[in-house]
Amino acid sequence: MGPASNVRSGRNWLVIALPYSWLLLFFLAPFALVLKISLSQSALSMPPYAPVFDWSDDLRAIIEKLSALSFDSFAGLFNDSLYVESYVSSVIIAAIATILTLFVAYPFALAIARSSSKLRPILIGLAIAPFWTSFLIRVYAWIMILKDEGLLNRFLLSIGLIDAPLGIFATNTAIVIGIVYSYLPFMLLPLYAAIEAQDPALLEAAADLGASPARAFLRITLPLSMRGVVAGSLLVFIPAVAEFVIPDLLGGSDTLMIGRTLWNDFFLNRDWPAASAAAIVLLLLLVAPLLVYERVQLQDQEARR
Amino acid sequence: MTQGDPLVRLDRVTKRFGDVAAVDDVSLDIAAGEFFALLGPSGCGKTTLMRLIAGFEQPDKGRVFIAGVDMTDVPPHRRPVNMMFQSYALFPHMNVEKNIAFGLRQERASRAKIAERVAEMLRLVQLEGLGKRRPDQLSGGQKQRVALARALAKRPKLLLLDEPLAALDRKLREQTQFELKEVQRRLGTAFVVVTHDQEEASVMASRVAVMRAGRLEQIGTPAEIYARPASRFVAEFIGDINILKRDEEGTREIATAIRPERILLESDAGGSPNSLAGIVDDLAFRGSDTLYRVRLESGTILRVLAANSGGRDAYRPGDRVHVRIPPEACIPLSH
Repeated sequence: MGPASNVRSGRNWLVIALPYSWLLLFFLAPFALVLKISLSQSALSMPPYAPVFDWSDDLRAIIEKLSALSFDSFAGLFNDSLYVESYVSSVIIAAIATILTLFVAYPFALAIARSSSKLRPILIGLAIAPFWTSFLIRVYAWIMILKDEGLLNRFLLSIGLIDAPLGIFATNTAIVIGIVYSYLPFMLLPLYAAIEAQDPALLEAAADLGASPARAFLRITLPLSMRGVVAGSLLVFIPAVAEFVIPDLLGGSDTLMIGRTLWNDFFLNRDWPAASAAAIVLLLLLVAPLLVYERVQLQDQEARR
Repeated sequence: MTQGDPLVRLDRVTKRFGDVAAVDDVSLDIAAGEFFALLGPSGCGKTTLMRLIAGFEQPDKGRVFIAGVDMTDVPPHRRPVNMMFQSYALFPHMNVEKNIAFGLRQERASRAKIAERVAEMLRLVQLEGLGKRRPDQLSGGQKQRVALARALAKRPKLLLLDEPLAALDRKLREQTQFELKEVQRRLGTAFVVVTHDQEEASVMASRVAVMRAGRLEQIGTPAEIYARPASRFVAEFIGDINILKRDEEGTREIATAIRPERILLESDAGGSPNSLAGIVDDLAFRGSDTLYRVRLESGTILRVLAANSGGRDAYRPGDRVHVRIPPEACIPLSH
C-alpha cells in the first residue's frame, strides 16, 4: 500500500465515520440508556428505578450496584402473558395491514408509473400531500369516519347496504384501516420507484412474444418490482408493529399492541425496567427482518455481478 | 394466406402524433422471405411504420394486412410477427435460455419442444454454453444475438428489426450485417429492418424503401436506387453525389445528379465535347481511392472519385485538370 492509497483510505474512513458518529450519538446513546434502565430494578423513586451507578460512588459501591443488575425484567416479559400476547398480536395486526397496504398501493403505483411524464410529479405530490397535516389529526379524523354514528356508517345506512352500524370503531379492524391509510405513501413510493425504473420496451417485448397484458404483468412487471415490494413492506411493517397512536385512538380497550402495552408500563404502572426491556426485545425482533432484507439485497447484487 | 397474397400489405396507412403525420398515406407490400429495409433519416416515420406492423401503434387511417388477414385491430400479442428491439429489451431477471423460451412458453409449448428450440436457437446465434447467463453478464454483441434468438424462437414468418446494429461498434456491425443476412437466408423468414444507415440497408436488404417525412420516396433494389434515384432527396441520402442545377426555365427538369466515381479526371480535354476545365481545389486520400474537389470555370465545385490503381500520377491542389462527364452518368432529377 503506497502513501497515496493511505491518504485515500484515511479519507474513506472519515466518510464512513461521520454518519456512524451521528448514529452513535442519536441512536446508540439513547439505546444504551434504555438498556441500562432495563437491567435495573423498579423502585419507588424519581426516576422510578434503582440507579445503576453514580459519578460520586466509590469502587465498592459501583461493584455493589453492578451486582444488583439483573435480567429479571427480561425474564418477566416472557412469564407475563400480556407481553407475549402483545408481541404476537402486534405482529399479526402489522402483517395483515402490510399485506393490505401492498394490495392497495400497487395499483396506485402502477397507475402513476404508467401515466404521462407530465402528470407523474403531480400524482406523487398528491400521494404525499397528507403529510402536510399532523398525523395525529388525520388519525382523529378516522374516528369521525369509523365510529357507529360516523360518516361511513351513515353513508352505508342511507344507501340501504346495511341495517345496523358495522361497529368497526374500537376494533382491530379499525387499527388495520388506520395503518393502511397512514402508511400508504411509505409503500407507494418504493413501489412506484421500482415500477417506473422498468424499461417500457420490456412490456412491448413481452406482448410481441405473445404475452397478454395480464401475463406480461405477472412475468415481467411484478418480478422486476420485488425490490420495491420488499422495501415498502418493511417500511410499513416495522413502524406498524410498534405503532402507538393508531391503536390508542382507533383500537378498543381489549386491543393488545406492544406500543400501547409499553406506554402503559412506562406511564401508568411506572415500571420502567420492564418497559425498557420490552422496548429492547421489540428492537431485536424488528432487526431480524431487516437483516433478511440486507441478505436478499446482497444476493441480488452478487447474482448481478 | 391465399396464394399470391403478400406477407404484409399496408393499405393507405396514416398515423398522426398531434399535428404531425409520422406515416402519411403509405401503401406497401412485403413478400414472404424477402429482406426489406426501411431507410430514412431520424424522424422520417420508419420506426412508426414498423410499430404499425407489430401492432404497437394503431393507424388513424388505412388497413394493415398480415398474410392476407386484416390485423389492423389485433393487439400485438396476437399478431404472427416478432420484433427485435433497438434496446434489445432483454428481460433482466431471466437468463438467456428463459429469455429465448419466453415466446414459446406463451404458446404453452411442451417442455421438450422448448428445450429443443432453445438449443437450436443458441446454436443459430453461436451462443452455446451461455444459456445460464443473465443479460447483464453479456457483452453488447452477445445481447444482440440473444435478442435475435428470442425474436426468432417462435419461427415467425416475419421478423421486424428496429435499428438492429445501432448499439454495436463499427467492426462488429459489419460482421453482424453478414451474419443477419446468413440467418435470414437459412431460415427463409422475411426480415424488415429499420435503419438510418444507407450502407447497412444496401449490404443487407434485397429491397429498400426510402422514407422522408412520413412518405415513401422510392422503393427498389439498392442498385436501382443508387443508379436511378427518384428525387434529389434520395440521390443525396444514398451515397455521395454531385447535384448540378440548371436555370432553364419552363422545363420540368431542374437538376442533374452525377455520382463522383462516374466522372473522369484528365490532364487535357482531348477534344471531347463533354469535357470541362477546372482546378483541383483540395483532395482527400482514402486508401483505395482519392476524392478530389475540382473547381470548374463556372465556379461550381465537383466531387470526383478516382481509384488509386497506381501507374498514374495523382493530381495536386492547384493542378489544372479536365473533367469528363459521360452522358449516361447524368441522372435527371425532376424534384
